[in-house]
Amino acid sequence: MSPRNDITSAPDRDEDAILEVRRLSRRFSRKPVLAEQLLGLVGKAPEIPVLTAVKSLDLTVRRGEVLGLVGESGCGKSTLGRMMTGINPPSEGEILYNGKRTDEMSRQERLAYTLAVQMVFQDPYASLNPRQTVGEILSEPLRVHNRCKNRAEISERVDAALNEVGLDPSYRDRYPHQFSGGQRQRIGIARALIVDPEFLVCDEPIAALDVSIQAQVINLFLELRAQRALTYLFISHDLSVVWHIADRVAIMYLGEIVELAPTTELFDSPAHPYTQTLLAEIPSVKRRRRAFQPVKGELPSPLNPPSGCTFHPRCPMATDRCRSERPISRTIAPGRTVACHLHEPS
Amino acid sequence: MMSDQSSSPLLAVENLRTVFHFADGAYPAIDSLSFELRAGEVLGLVGESGSGKSVAGFSLIGLVDAPGEIVSGEVRFKGRDLRKLSDEELRRVRGKSVSMIFQDPLTTLNPVLTIGEQMMEAISEHETVDPAAARQRCIDTLTKVGITSPQTRVDQFPHELSGGMRQRVAIATALLNQPELIIADEPTTALDVTIQGQILAEMQTLQKETGTALIWITHDLGVVSELADRIAVMYAGGIVEIGQVDDVLDSPRHPYTLGLLNSVPGDTPRGEALRQIEGAAPSLTARPLGCPFHPRCFRASDLCRTEEPPLAEAGDHSWRCHHPLDPEKTP
Repeated sequence: MSPRNDITSAPDRDEDAILEVRRLSRRFSRKPVLAEQLLGLVGKAPEIPVLTAVKSLDLTVRRGEVLGLVGESGCGKSTLGRMMTGINPPSEGEILYNGKRTDEMSRQERLAYTLAVQMVFQDPYASLNPRQTVGEILSEPLRVHNRCKNRAEISERVDAALNEVGLDPSYRDRYPHQFSGGQRQRIGIARALIVDPEFLVCDEPIAALDVSIQAQVINLFLELRAQRALTYLFISHDLSVVWHIADRVAIMYLGEIVELAPTTELFDSPAHPYTQTLLAEIPSVKRRRRAFQPVKGELPSPLNPPSGCTFHPRCPMATDRCRSERPISRTIAPGRTVACHLHEPS
Repeated sequence: MMSDQSSSPLLAVENLRTVFHFADGAYPAIDSLSFELRAGEVLGLVGESGSGKSVAGFSLIGLVDAPGEIVSGEVRFKGRDLRKLSDEELRRVRGKSVSMIFQDPLTTLNPVLTIGEQMMEAISEHETVDPAAARQRCIDTLTKVGITSPQTRVDQFPHELSGGMRQRVAIATALLNQPELIIADEPTTALDVTIQGQILAEMQTLQKETGTALIWITHDLGVVSELADRIAVMYAGGIVEIGQVDDVLDSPRHPYTLGLLNSVPGDTPRGEALRQIEGAAPSLTARPLGCPFHPRCFRASDLCRTEEPPLAEAGDHSWRCHHPLDPEKTP
């Protein structure tokens, strides 16, 4: 065993982990334009703004769980999900799949990881190729990865996948535009499932769907999880859906996880002021003619994040310390972590 | 914000029908749409995509273009039928007494005009004012909707503002001429819950201050239950149930309303299957005969398959269903 592997089996390693990310960062910046490149040649390179979408983030997904990932648009939750599936490479840090660093995997291991971790996308209109039939969309992964012996087997697998997501196999010759939004999302799920993954990253999979169709797709996710023993990272901005489906919830703000807790505990006693705010904002049919008391301000630009705790400009409880010192994530109860100065042991 | 029930309504819609002409015929997007709105009242118009809720909103002020056509019905605003007005007369109503807020502020704001320029256009369209006074009115209205440093914002372009800010500008523009009715079409759907909360809070305050009546079109029952006085539930081009928020949500009579309420997480224990409505809403060109909801309804009978249900009512609460739910037995 290499010394690096020893680090991964350090005491804090979660035995049930299917996927871990450690000190994971992702930065985006643009390429310098010609004038800037020329200035660079004479040693006067101007500074190009860098956007940090995910900031030195640690997170463990346990085998068989549904981990809800919640945050406002622009907080980096999709970028994190895409890095977990290997679609986008991280700028820094490591991703461990079944305890093995993905950047140190052999070709064969890497292929196994790529197939085992699949993604379901938000927009069922943009994520299906309009010029391919459903049969072609679903058989492509099988052909590319040589998962089947012959055409007959591919055809069987496609029919089975359509059945599994509640679509009639006779639909295989239709094109995506012939389906409703809910049906398209089922096709997207079938495409992810056809390579027998064990971990699905679901990026806002129901946000684009109607209320009655959302319930159908949530039920499909619940069924599939029970039948296939799947693990989900369920990215959503809808806390009521996350409450229903997730075992644990991670709350993300400006590239960092600010609170992580088992679902019932998070909803019963949210620790971070941001979580408290989000919970208060869930629209509910139980409340009538409420006097809204919303959080002030908007998510700051990740190009120019606030000093100290990044939530301090919007936090009703912010102190001078919050403005200058960045809070570190600490355990406040078994399985619960929060990054907030208010929760420091006195 | 309950107003006097005996006074005549601010808006009375009767049997409004808007069709869309396709190569193979005309299909009604809304049909026999009737409802009333009192001054200062907030009505939540709820429905899924394709239910006709947006077409209903547009039809009220004649904003339907080909292939759509408003073919019949009345829209009486303060006793005057808006459908009988000339284009010029209707222009004087729109943006003055009735204004509209759209879902996507990035496409409804003009990208090449500053915020101030397009807001002032909304004023000068209806009255002759001194530019400095108009500008000040824009700044004051921007302040009202929660925009910080409005003196700077008024000279900025839409792309320099965040999504929430842009929607605030759209709301401010709608408010400029102190309208008596605002029609808001999914104004917070594209926004984060935190920003949605802020905008709902501001709308609520402004609505109370100005006494403007509000039609809030949305798919989110949670939002209307917190904001509205009354709810109208639309399905396949018609209102299937309408009444006070408490009546409709606590004792729904139409199975579709109950289905919508059951579809959202909350009452079902965590991790268990939600009580879903089977199937999908019918498309414009394939509306079922009889009650349009019958293919998805757990109470459907032969009667529902052949005959459209008539309007039944109890007080201010009415519904269209052959087999309405028993108010004593629903959760």
